[in-house]
Amino acid sequence: MKNRLSELLVGLLFGLGLILSGMTDPGKVLGFLDLAGAWDPSLAFVMGGAIAVGFFAFALAKKRSVNFFGGALHLPKSNAIDKRLVIGSALFGAGWGLAGLCPGPALVSMAAGQNKALIFVVAMVAGMLIFEFANRFIHRPASAAV
Amino acid sequence: MTIDWIHFTPWASLAGGVLLGVASALFILFNGRVLGISGILGGLLSPKKGDVSWRVFFILGMFVAPLAWNLLVPASYAATPVRFDATLPVLIIAGLLVGVGTRYGAGCTSGHGVCGLSRLSPRSLVATASFMAVGFLTVYLIRHVFG
Repeated sequence: MKNRLSELLVGLLFGLGLILSGMTDPGKVLGFLDLAGAWDPSLAFVMGGAIAVGFFAFALAKKRSVNFFGGALHLPKSNAIDKRLVIGSALFGAGWGLAGLCPGPALVSMAAGQNKALIFVVAMVAGMLIFEFANRFIHRPASAAV
Repeated sequence: MTIDWIHFTPWASLAGGVLLGVASALFILFNGRVLGISGILGGLLSPKKGDVSWRVFFILGMFVAPLAWNLLVPASYAATPVRFDATLPVLIIAGLLVGVGTRYGAGCTSGHGVCGLSRLSPRSLVATASFMAVGFLTVYLIRHVFG
């Protein structure tokens, strides 16, 4: 029960952070990505503020075997820098640069009633499903249960 | 390059970023999970028993944020209006690219950019450099070459 409540509250806090920081405004994100034009450095401040806090949290988390609720601590184990990582991230960057939206802000904007965000989210979910399909049937045909 | 002083919001963006960082900190320390939206959402599309509820509740929390914002923030706080200029075809292509790309790349701005960099993960550094570079390039091409 306390887990569900904390997940809800953290999601809420995260959403509020996205709104306050201006990341739910695609114009602001694109303004940061427009180095050759009128450059809006705001996104750098968002990342800076986030990492300034996150750094300490993850330094602490690395030393622990369980989380503060006594449950499992799922830190990513993979260190592989492969084609998937680079190309996948590049594709994501292209989409991000086209619409100024990434998953988090898109979900919050959609919830705020932005119809364009809804369209983006539907397309994004479709893209994720394409990956699921490819992952299951093309890349790893031997393992049915991924 | 000129600085867009009209839209630049150093304090709000810094404060918002700190909130994102606090959320990420709480999530890893209390829930034991990396706060990466593409992963949280993506995992819902191949649901495994016992691995669904936490995702749903987290996303529900995000969905409540705009309502909470309207309740918490006084009406006198006049932020500049949001700009959704992308056309329908662009939105669809962008969405598809983000959906496919974040899953292959195993993360996005929250997973790699915030959490990954906070962890000093070389993998996330490469991923972040990749999506940032292509993001910059994409906007440059659209606004200054083809636009």
